[in-house]
Amino acid sequence: MPHPWIPNSYIKNELMKEVGISSILELFNDVPRELLLVKNLNIGFGRPLTEYQLVRVFDNLMKKNAYSYKVPPFLGGGVCFHYVPAVVKHVASRSEFYTAYTPYQPEITQGITRALFEYQSLMADLYAVDVVNASVYNGSTAMAEAVRLTVRVTGRKSAVISRSTHPEVIEVVRTWSEPVGISVSTVDYDRDTGRVDLSELEDQVRKLKPAAVAIQTPNFFGIIEQDLKEVSQVVHENGSLLIVYEDPIFTGILEAPGKLGADIVVGDTSSIGSGLNFGGPSAGILGIRDPEEKLLRQLPGRLIGYTKTVDGEDSGYIMVLQTREQHIRRERATSNITTNSTLEAIKAAVYLTLLGSTGLKKLGESIAGRTAFLVERLKSVGLEPAFKEGVYLREVLFRHPNVSDLRNFLKRHGVYIGPLVDRFYPELSNCGLVCVTEVHSKEDIETLAELVRKFSEVMAS
Amino acid sequence: MTIFRQAKWNEPIVYEISRDSKEGVLLDEEFRDYALRFLSKLPKHIIRDSLNIPSLSEVEVVRHFTRLSQMSYGVDLGPVPLGSCTMKYNPKICEELASDRRIVEAHPYLDEEDVQGLLEILYTLQKWLAEIVGMDVCSLQTPAGAAGELAGALMIKKYHRDLGEGHRDEMIVPDSAHGSNPASAAMAGFKVVRIPTDPRGNTDIEALRAALSKRTAGVMLTNPNTLGLFEEYIVDIAREVHGIGGLLYYDGANLNGILGYARPGDMGFDVAHLNLHKTFAAPHGGGGPGAGAICAKGALADYLPVPLVEYDGRKYYFKYDVPRTIGRISWFYGNIIPAIKSFLYIATLGPLVKEVAEVANLNTNYMLKKLSALPGVDLVYGYGRWRKHEFVISFEKLYKETGVGAEDVAKALLDRGFHAPTILFPLIVPEAHMIEVTETESRENIDNLINAYKEIINIAYTNPSEIKRSPQNTSVKRLDTVYGNLPKNIALTYRSLKGKTA
Repeated sequence: MPHPWIPNSYIKNELMKEVGISSILELFNDVPRELLLVKNLNIGFGRPLTEYQLVRVFDNLMKKNAYSYKVPPFLGGGVCFHYVPAVVKHVASRSEFYTAYTPYQPEITQGITRALFEYQSLMADLYAVDVVNASVYNGSTAMAEAVRLTVRVTGRKSAVISRSTHPEVIEVVRTWSEPVGISVSTVDYDRDTGRVDLSELEDQVRKLKPAAVAIQTPNFFGIIEQDLKEVSQVVHENGSLLIVYEDPIFTGILEAPGKLGADIVVGDTSSIGSGLNFGGPSAGILGIRDPEEKLLRQLPGRLIGYTKTVDGEDSGYIMVLQTREQHIRRERATSNITTNSTLEAIKAAVYLTLLGSTGLKKLGESIAGRTAFLVERLKSVGLEPAFKEGVYLREVLFRHPNVSDLRNFLKRHGVYIGPLVDRFYPELSNCGLVCVTEVHSKEDIETLAELVRKFSEVMAS
Repeated sequence: MTIFRQAKWNEPIVYEISRDSKEGVLLDEEFRDYALRFLSKLPKHIIRDSLNIPSLSEVEVVRHFTRLSQMSYGVDLGPVPLGSCTMKYNPKICEELASDRRIVEAHPYLDEEDVQGLLEILYTLQKWLAEIVGMDVCSLQTPAGAAGELAGALMIKKYHRDLGEGHRDEMIVPDSAHGSNPASAAMAGFKVVRIPTDPRGNTDIEALRAALSKRTAGVMLTNPNTLGLFEEYIVDIAREVHGIGGLLYYDGANLNGILGYARPGDMGFDVAHLNLHKTFAAPHGGGGPGAGAICAKGALADYLPVPLVEYDGRKYYFKYDVPRTIGRISWFYGNIIPAIKSFLYIATLGPLVKEVAEVANLNTNYMLKKLSALPGVDLVYGYGRWRKHEFVISFEKLYKETGVGAEDVAKALLDRGFHAPTILFPLIVPEAHMIEVTETESRENIDNLINAYKEIINIAYTNPSEIKRSPQNTSVKRLDTVYGNLPKNIALTYRSLKGKTA
C-alpha cells in the first residue's frame, strides 16, 4: 500500500520494470531465506494513520500527563524552567537549518558553519577560554569527554570530582571512565557552607595526583563555589587540570571560569534556548583555555574555523582539524562523537545575540535578585536553607521535617518544587530544591510562600 | 542545466553588526535591589566586571540568522543523497506535534505519575524498536548513534568481565565500517582488529575466521554494510563468533534497507544501536541533535544503560534496577524530542515500514543502474549484486582520464542545486561517491540527479577545467581546506580571527 511520504510507492511497478525484476523479493535474494520476515511487524496501530488520526492519538496521550503548572514550576536539579524567546524558536524552525546535515559540503552550508563559528566565539567569550568546540550531546557527556581529555593530555588515570556536582553527571563520568581504568573519586562538601571541602580536596589531589579535578558552580545545591582560585592553585601545583562546570546563564554576573583558573569549561544550553524537553535535547558546551596549545589536538568534537576560497578572493568557514575525528582517525580518534547538537548550539547563539552583554548581565541579576527574595520569603514561613552560610544562586536547597508531604501539598495546588535530594545524598534526607528564574514573578514566589505557610498550619492543626 | 543560485548575503559576523547600546529583549528589573544586595555578599573577584558579546536589536537578530539560513541547504530544498546518513524527508506533523508545550515544558524531575502520557510514548517506542530489530529490550538513553556504540561496546566489555573473561580485549571491525565503530571500540578500551572486504563486497569470512581467538570480545558489523550490500555470510559469521565466545554488535545506521524484511536479532546479533534521526525520520538539525536507541537480547539485555521505561500493568515508570547495567550513558532519559518524532513516524506508517525498505531499495538500484552505465564510473565491489539502501561508485577512471575526481563531481552537483553524496568513503573505494537517495525522493528528482551526473561527466570529458572550478552557484566558491588548517591560520573564534587579521 503506497503512502504520501514515499512518492515512488505509487509507481513501484514502473521502477521494478526499469530495474528488471518482477518481484520485490528479488532485491532481497542475498538475504538468507530463513532470515526473511514473513509476518508483518507488530508496530504502530496495525494500520497506517491519517494525519488527523495521529493528532488525536497524540492528544489523547498528552492528556494522560497529569501535571499542570499553575505558576511556572520551581523544579530544579541542574535544569530549570527558563523562557525560550520566540525568536529562538523561529530561527530554529527554518528548515534550511533543521533539515540540513553536518556541513561536509561547506560551500552550500555556509549558514551553518557561520552560525557555529559564532556559537564557538560567543561561548569562548562567556567562559573566557580560547576554544569551544561546536558542541557535544549535553552537559553530562561534555563532562565525561572533558575528563577523558585530561587523561589523554596528562597520561594520568584518575579524576577527582566535587560530590556536589550534579549526581547524574558524576554517574555519566563513571560510566565513561571506570571501565577503561580511570578511577573517579569524590570530594565532600562542607556541611555549613555547602561548598567543596577545600582541605579534603587538597589532601586528595596531593595523594592521587589526578588527571583532573572537576567542580560545578553553582553546585547541585545551588551554592556558589567561591574558592575556585584556591582550588586552581592546588590543582596546578600538582600538575592536574581543572574542569569547571558552570551553567552559561550565570556568566553575565559570575567571573568567567577561564579567569579563575579553569583549564577546561563545561556547560549545557538548556537554560539558554534549548528548554527543558523532559531532559533533552540540549547542547553540551566544551571549551579549553589553552595558552600553550597542549589541549587543542586532544579536544573531541567538531571545530569550525575560518578559511579562504581556493581562488583567494573570498572567505568562509569550514570544519577544521578533522584529523582528530572518527571518520578520519578511526580507532585513534579523540572521541567517537559524530552527530552532535548543532541546532541547539545555533539556538544558543541566537539566544545570546538577542540578549547581548547587557541583557545577559541583567538576566543574571534578575535571577540573583529573585533567589535572594525567595530565600527571604521562605525563611519568613519557616523554611530554612540547608546550608546556613552558603550563597545560593537560582536553586536553593532547603530543609523541612515533612519535605515529602510539603512537596505533595504544593503539587496539589499546581506549584511544583523539587527534586528531593535524598536519592542522591542519603544524609540530606529532609531536603529539597527550589529553583527560581526570570519567569517567576513576585506573586509566584508569594504564592509559594503562602502555600508553605498554609501547609504548616494544616500540619499544626 | 538545472538553474540554481544560492543566496549570497554579504552578512558580517555577528560581532561586527553589534552596537553596545542595543538590546534584543526587554527584561524586568523588579529585583534589582535584591540583586545588588546579593552580589555585595560575594567576594569581588568572583563577580564579573566585563563581558563583550554582541548586542543587537530583535529585528537584526532575526535578519542575521534568516540570512544565514538562506546560505544553508537541507532536505526541504532538495535531495541530500549522503550515503549512510539516510537523509529522508522529515514529516511536518512530527515537527509540529513534538514541539507541543506539554512536552517542551516538561521538567525531567516531574513525578512519574504526572507524566504517564510521555512515559507511555517512550515505553511504546522502546517496544516498537525492539520488535523492528528483533531484540528483547531497547533503551532510549543514548543521545545519538555513536553514544549507542559506546554503550554497546561497554556492555560487551562488562559481559566478558562478569564471566571472568576480561582478557578478551579485541574488537573486530571490517575495513568498510563507519569510523565511529573503531573509535567507539577504542573508547571502551578495546584493541581494534581490522578485517578486509572480499570482492563480492562481504566482510572477508576467511580473514574473519583467522582473526577470531580467545582474545575476541566481539565483532561490530553494519548490515547492509556501507557498500549497500547485505552480508551474505551473516549466519555463518554469527555462529563462528558465538562459537569462540564472542558477541556480535549491530550498527543500525543502515537499517533503512531491510526495515520490515530482516532483523538483526534474527541474524544473531546480540546488541544493536539505532539512529532515530536516520531510519525514523527525526531531522538531523545541521549535525544534531539526533537520538539513539541501544537494544539487546538474551543475557546482554541485563547490561543496558539505565533507566529503561517499564510498565507494570497499571502505570509506567523508570526502571533503574537492571541487574548488570553499565550505568548511565547520559543524564536524564535521552533525547526526548527526536524520540517522540520517531514515535509519531512509526505510528503513522505502522506496517507500511516495509514500503520504506522496498522503495529505498528500488530507488537505489534504479539509480545505480543508470549511473553505473556512465563513462568514467566503476563499482569496485559486488558486481551484479542488488544494493539495499545505498550504493558506492568510484570515479577513479574518470579521474585518470580527465583529472576530475570525486570531490570535483561533488562540487559540480552543488552547482546544480543538489547536495553532494558522501564522498571519499568508504576508504576502500578510490574516488568514492556513496549515494543514498532514500525512499522519499520521487522518480523525477532521482532522474534530475542522474541527469546532473551525466552532464557533469560529459563536461569532464570535454572541458574538465569547468568542473574543477565548481562550485560557482553556492554562496561561496570552493573553500581551501589546506589554508584553514595551517597552524598559523587556525582561527576558531572571532577573537582569534581578529587577532590574526589585525
